[in-house]
Amino acid sequence: MVEIVVLVKQVPDTNAKIEIKDGRADLSMIKWITSPYDEYALEVALQHKEAIGGTVTALTLGSARCDKTLKDAKALGVDKIARIDVSEGYQDSSSVQSMLAEACKKLGAEVVYCGKAAADTNAGSTGPGVAEKLGWPSIANVTNVSFEENSLELMQPSPDGQAKIGVNLPVVVTCDKGMGEPRRANVKGIMMAKRAMVEMIDVGNFEGNTSVIEHSSPPQKPPGKSYDGSEHVPEVVKLLRDEANVI
Amino acid sequence: MGEIIILADVSNNILKDSTAEVVTAALSLGDNPIVIVPGTSPDVAANAASNYDGVGSVIALQGDCFATYDSAAWCEAIASVSPPGHLLTSSSSMGKELAARLAASRNATVIQDVIHVDGNSITHPIYSGKANEKLALNGPSVMTIRSNIFKPTGTSGSASITNVNCSSDLRTTLKEMVAKASEKLDVSEADIIISGGRGMGSPQNFDKLYNVAKMLGAAVGASRAAVDTWEEIPHSMQVGQTGKTVNPSLYIAVGISGAIQHLAGMRTSKYIVAINKDGTAPIFRHADYGIIATWEEALPILEQELGALLG
Repeated sequence: MVEIVVLVKQVPDTNAKIEIKDGRADLSMIKWITSPYDEYALEVALQHKEAIGGTVTALTLGSARCDKTLKDAKALGVDKIARIDVSEGYQDSSSVQSMLAEACKKLGAEVVYCGKAAADTNAGSTGPGVAEKLGWPSIANVTNVSFEENSLELMQPSPDGQAKIGVNLPVVVTCDKGMGEPRRANVKGIMMAKRAMVEMIDVGNFEGNTSVIEHSSPPQKPPGKSYDGSEHVPEVVKLLRDEANVI
Repeated sequence: MGEIIILADVSNNILKDSTAEVVTAALSLGDNPIVIVPGTSPDVAANAASNYDGVGSVIALQGDCFATYDSAAWCEAIASVSPPGHLLTSSSSMGKELAARLAASRNATVIQDVIHVDGNSITHPIYSGKANEKLALNGPSVMTIRSNIFKPTGTSGSASITNVNCSSDLRTTLKEMVAKASEKLDVSEADIIISGGRGMGSPQNFDKLYNVAKMLGAAVGASRAAVDTWEEIPHSMQVGQTGKTVNPSLYIAVGISGAIQHLAGMRTSKYIVAINKDGTAPIFRHADYGIIATWEEALPILEQELGALLG
C-alpha cells in the first residue's frame, strides 16, 4: 500500500484581471480555482492508486477558503483531504516548503505529486524544494508515468528530446500535461465530497526570509506601430533589423 | 551577509550566454561574485566564465554526476562548494529546479524569474506577468534571473580559477533518450519564436512557419486553440498559461488573436510582431509591430525579404 500525497493549490482564476489597490493585488472579487497543473497531478495520483493500490491524500496550505479545492479533489476520488492552516496573504517559499515537507512526513508519504508550477506564481519551486527538505529525489515537468510496486518510470522533456527516467520511491514528481485529460467528478463523488472532513495538520511555525514591499502593475508598453496590408512587411523587416536589432 | 555566488548555466560543458546576464544582476547585490561552473570537464566553460567583467573567482566543479541531469545529485555537489550568501542562476527550467533545491538545502528563500535588483529589494512577476511583486530580503536567498532583462557583463576580465572534484550519487537512472524526431528547436530554448494560431487554417500550413523559422534560427510555437484543434500540433509547442512561458528577443504571432491565456505566456517578449487579418484582435495592443493582413499574403513576402536580408 503506497501512501500517495498530492500537493494542490488554490489560485486566482487564470483569466481574471488583476487590479492593484494600495500597493497590493486586489483579490477580493476574484474567482478561485484549483491550479490547472495540480489537476494533472491529481489525475496521475489516482492512476497510481488504480495501478498499484494505495491511499491518496490531497494536501493544501492556505486559509479555510482553500477547502473548496480539497472538496473538489475529494469529488474526483482521493481518499483523504488535509490542510495546513495559514492566514491569507504572502507566504515565503522557504516556510511553505518546510511546512509542506513536515506535513508529508506526518502523512507518511512515499510519493508526492504536484503540478509543474502554480498558476499564480509560475515558479515551480514547491515540488523540488519539498523534495530537498525531505532528502528525496525529484523529477520535474513529467509528461508520462508508469507505476511499479516500489519504483516509477517517467518521461521528461529534455533539450535533446524525451528522457525515460527510472527512480525508486520515495520521490517527488511534478506533472505537466500528458497523462490524458483529468477526470471529472460524478454526482456520487460530489455528494461524498460534501460530507468529507478536512483533516487539519499542525506543523508548527517556520520563519521566512522575505516580505512584500509592494505589488505594481507592469509598465505599459508604448503603443506599437500598426500597418494595414501585407505590402508593409518589407518595412517591418527593415525595422526589426535597424530599430529593434533582433534579426 | 556572506558571498555572492553564481551557478553558471552550462549545457554539455559549454557556458551559455545567459550567465553573463546573471553576473550583471549579481553585481548589483555585491562585488566579486564567485562563479561555480559544473561539468564532466568544465575547464573550457570555466575559462570563459573567468573572462566575465566583475567576477571575483571561478570554481571549476568537475564531477561524473554531471553527465546526466539529476537534480538531487547536482544540488548536493553544487551545495558542497557553495559558501553562505545569496546564490543566483539563470531561469531556465533546469535552473529553476536547481534553484528551488539549493534554496531548500540552504534554508534560503527562492525567488524565480527576477527582473529587477535594487539593493535588498527584488522584483519578479506574479499572476503570469499581470503584476510585479517587490520583495524585501531579510535573509539568504536563491534567485533565478529572467533572460533578456539584464545587460550581459563584458568579457575582458581575468578571474582566478580553482579546480574542485566532487562526487555525488545519482538518485535516478536515465533508461533511454528518445531523440527528437527532427532538428526542430524547442520554444523554451529559442531566442526567436514564430507561433501560429487557429487562423493558420490547417496544421499543414504550419510548414510555412517552419520555412520562416529555419531562416531565422527560430522555434515554431502554437496557441492553445491550435493545439486543441489539431492533434498534429503537440502540446510541447503550446505557448501560454497552460503551455510554456517564453521570453524571447522576438516573438512573431501569426493568426493568433491574443487571448489572455496566450498573452500570459509571451507578453514579456522583447519585441512582438503580430500578423492577423482582424485589425481588432487583442494581440495588436501588445505588438510592437502589427501587420493587418492574411498570413497567405504576408508570409511569402516575409520569407522573400528575410531571404534577401539574411542570404
